[in-house]
Amino acid sequence: MFDFLSDYDDPTLLGAFWVTVQLTVLSAIGSLIWGTMLAAMRVSPVPLMRGFGTAYVNIVRNIPLTVIIVFTSLGLANIFGVTMGAPDDFEAKAFRLAVLGLVAYTAAFVCEAIRSGINTVPVGQAEAARAIGLSFSQILRLVVLPQAFRSVIGPLANVLIALTKNTTVAAAIGVAEAALLMKEMIENEAQTLLIGAIFAFGFVVLTLPTGLLLGWLSKRLAVKR
Amino acid sequence: MTSVLYDAPGPRAKRRNVLFSVVFFVLLALLLWWVWQTMDDKGQLEWSLWKPFTTSEAWTTYLLPGLADTLKAAALSMVIALPLGAVLGIARMSDHRWVRIPAGAVVEFFRAIPVLLLMLFANEFYVRSTGIPSDERPLYAVVTGLVLYNASVLAEIVRAGILSLPKGQSEAAMAVGLRKSQTMSSILLPQAVTAMLPAIVSQLVVIVKDTALGGVMLGFTELLNTRSTLAANYANVIPSFIVVAVIFIVLNFILTTFASWLERRLRRSKRSTGAVLGADKVDDVNAAEVGGTYGTGAGGSI
Repeated sequence: MFDFLSDYDDPTLLGAFWVTVQLTVLSAIGSLIWGTMLAAMRVSPVPLMRGFGTAYVNIVRNIPLTVIIVFTSLGLANIFGVTMGAPDDFEAKAFRLAVLGLVAYTAAFVCEAIRSGINTVPVGQAEAARAIGLSFSQILRLVVLPQAFRSVIGPLANVLIALTKNTTVAAAIGVAEAALLMKEMIENEAQTLLIGAIFAFGFVVLTLPTGLLLGWLSKRLAVKR
Repeated sequence: MTSVLYDAPGPRAKRRNVLFSVVFFVLLALLLWWVWQTMDDKGQLEWSLWKPFTTSEAWTTYLLPGLADTLKAAALSMVIALPLGAVLGIARMSDHRWVRIPAGAVVEFFRAIPVLLLMLFANEFYVRSTGIPSDERPLYAVVTGLVLYNASVLAEIVRAGILSLPKGQSEAAMAVGLRKSQTMSSILLPQAVTAMLPAIVSQLVVIVKDTALGGVMLGFTELLNTRSTLAANYANVIPSFIVVAVIFIVLNFILTTFASWLERRLRRSKRSTGAVLGADKVDDVNAAEVGGTYGTGAGGSI
């Protein structure tokens, strides 16, 4: 029944899912960093930064991820010459451009999640921190963000799961991940239903533990108020 | 404007803010300058590449038909997914285990799977098992994928809407002698739908964005797809991307604004007893979280 799997050796089924996992992890780290920076900009005392953060989030959130990913390949790589350090290696270039697109898109949602977390920190805490003479960046780093992060593990888990599913869009620019392999297999093999079930199962395996683990973590780490 | 995080600035803070503004402005200007310069080098700023958008041909031949297909797929998916989602959501709350558990399994399954896989699968299924002509197949596949995913998301929104109603509502309905189906159809569902309206409208943004997947993977002639034909004709890659992105942004911005207007309006009206579920609810359920409901939601829909 599973004989046809051995016909696919570049990438193999596990290899394709491994690319999916790599895309997810790298994009998650990147969007967490860029999203936190955006959130810091959106709450900062500098009006220009606030304006930039707000504009970025509202613009990027409303563009389909597919448009962004296709743009990284056709626009950024072909016109602007952004090759992410791999001008000749087609696979590496597509992979890195996909990560760039996913980070740009997901960061907008990470930013909004963190900002909602910042809003859960009571006003009195920031006032007390100011009263003992901490600066804005110290308040953000030492008092507000640590609490904010603990209260947004749940929403961030949602973003992470959505990101895991969104990595399939990278197939649009030829990254050899799970969705692209499924497209290839499903067109060549007769067992449509079986192949669909295998890939569906793969994604359930990826998202289920993430949801359970981070759900448990968010309950454990929630700031009791 | 003062915020929780910082006080009204004094003289030193003002100087520092000005410094930060200047540094940030310079960085931003450098970036924009690089973008402008590169576009100029590659000839993407030529007026001839932008000119098509001022004539009617580019719009009537490429962009408007693409937009029409995007909207058609989105509207069809919404119209089919909404009743299906309502049925699934209600079935998930059934008193009968043999209804509740399969409905729950279906909802959780389709929420956990990327829409793209559903679309690809539906497309291949239609190729093999039905006689749908090949020029209509992409639309069918896109709508099927979107319906399966969004029906299960809407099922969760419906369920949350019904659960948000006070228990007294159904108790009162039972007291006056309504049957379970009557309670649901004439008492709970109308109120729940009102409470959910903003979340349902926000879900439309997700659907509109996801139609673009069909354009690039299945050859569905929506906006992103017609963009590439347009760019192939006029060699205006960057301008065409900018125009298409702006169309999507405006479209989705209108939907988001409408949803938050609806939310404010529903909150204001005193008649409704249930809670109003805003756009953040959509974000929560879209992500197919598996470990129960999470607390604070982030705005928007992914």
